[in-house]
Amino acid sequence: MRRVVEGSYAIADAVRCCSPDVVSVYPITPQTHIVEHLSEFVADGKLDCEYINVESEFSSLSSLIGASVAGARTYTSTTSQGLALMFEVLYNVSGMRLPIVMTTVNRSLSAPLSIWNDQQDSLGVRDSGWIQIYAENVQEAIDLTPMLYKISEDPQILTPSMVCMDGFILTHVYEPVDFLDEEMVREFLPPYRPEHILDPENPKTFGAFADPSWFTEFKYLQYQAMERSREKIAEVTREFEEVFGRGYGGLIDTYAMDDAEIALVTMGSIVGTVKEAIDDLRSEGVKVGLVKIRSYRPFPGDELKRALKDASVIASIEKDISMGYEGALLTDLKGAFYNSSIRTPIIGFAVGLGGRDIGIKHVRAMVERASRVLDAGIESEFEIFDVKPECL
Amino acid sequence: MKEIRFHGRGGQGAVTAAELIAIAAFEDKKYSQAFPAFGVERRGAPVMAFARIADEPIRIRSQIYEPDYVIVQDVTLLDVVDLASGLKPEGKIIINTDKSAKDLLLKTKAEIVTIDATRIALEKLGRPIVNTTMLGAFCGATGEVSLESINKAILGRFSGALGEKNLDAIKTAYKGVSR
Repeated sequence: MRRVVEGSYAIADAVRCCSPDVVSVYPITPQTHIVEHLSEFVADGKLDCEYINVESEFSSLSSLIGASVAGARTYTSTTSQGLALMFEVLYNVSGMRLPIVMTTVNRSLSAPLSIWNDQQDSLGVRDSGWIQIYAENVQEAIDLTPMLYKISEDPQILTPSMVCMDGFILTHVYEPVDFLDEEMVREFLPPYRPEHILDPENPKTFGAFADPSWFTEFKYLQYQAMERSREKIAEVTREFEEVFGRGYGGLIDTYAMDDAEIALVTMGSIVGTVKEAIDDLRSEGVKVGLVKIRSYRPFPGDELKRALKDASVIASIEKDISMGYEGALLTDLKGAFYNSSIRTPIIGFAVGLGGRDIGIKHVRAMVERASRVLDAGIESEFEIFDVKPECL
Repeated sequence: MKEIRFHGRGGQGAVTAAELIAIAAFEDKKYSQAFPAFGVERRGAPVMAFARIADEPIRIRSQIYEPDYVIVQDVTLLDVVDLASGLKPEGKIIINTDKSAKDLLLKTKAEIVTIDATRIALEKLGRPIVNTTMLGAFCGATGEVSLESINKAILGRFSGALGEKNLDAIKTAYKGVSR
């Protein structure tokens, strides 16, 4: 069924279709309508789950550890400062190998106080052992929800994951979306039946003390599971397409990359605007294409090398800054190429910080900057884009 | 693609109006998108909302800078906001006012459509909430969405007597601007 609804409502409905046993949320700012709609579903008897309102994001994720370790399918959602407050718990979840799925609504981190979109929050927790997949539009965020449960809950993976969706731009937009069919989701996503749970009849310990003689091995196994998730993400994405008819590529997707000389690399909701700009530029004869990063963790290094090997210049566009170096995506991107034979110049732009609007003219300006590298070489490897002249 | 910008004040339902246009356009078998100019909402402060209508899926997500249409719910914004900013010369700006277009001293090459939506809303709804009434004016002045679909979107949002009153207000505004 296709309807025009607010993005947050659409995500809440996708979560409902995944039948979580426990939803635990901190319902106050920073939060979105997603959890508000979920609480309505529970109150209206449309979702049979334990819905827990807690006093902080630290507690929302902590309480899900208890639920998940008892064998429940669990869900929460947060954004910006809320995610920051979860930082410690994120590592506990991934270290205990609990397949919790969270919608991370991307918003900037204070100070200065900002409620608007960028991706500093989730980029800041990229090393926490959670799979991170970025949605281009509301439909992709909907569809990622059952996909990520399926990936995370696979016994070979058992790794938590985040659907990352841009705050306001996707959570507050009204646009037509195809709703998931509950029955089809049930078929696609079987019930969570973990091999190891907390059970008084068969006592086990989770999240135990590991002294130096074992800690490395836990991290090694966790690392291996994340590596295995690469193939699993691609496989589940294909499987989803077979069942629901909507395809998304895999860890990456590409647009107009055949014969592209200038290749843009980005992720999240800016992808749609970039595609529009590319259509304009292509009609003017500019050979520009796009690689959309879907999975940022695991990072699709090999896929990027294959997709970008014939480009003459590569430019990353990202909504974060790693203070003291450059954009995190730019660093990762360059790292993917270093030990290969590909010597394509790579530059990067930080854009859209704290909700700064990005239009087609901005994308055109970045493409222009990238094309200059072809003639003049790299003048500036990393640039914070669109800064007011009085600050320069 | 047609792009619409809404100007109102916090609490006047500009965002709801944008959403209802998106729903109505979808009823007309078109693609649509609606979103607010995200801000810290305060009652009475100038607010904006945006809508796009197209025959193809809509991918662009920037705000709207060169709208085809501008809908102004509150004429007192004239002194506060550059209402016609970027408005295409062949576009239209639809303003809730009891004044005539030339008395507004609005600098634009686009057509200015005026409608006394406050009077209509007071008469039909008993309250000076003009967002739905202005949808009737938009529909009549532009034909970008059908009246049937606007009505359907309204009834999806407001049920019972309130829904019917809104339809009445919309019809009055529709006729008031139709030529």
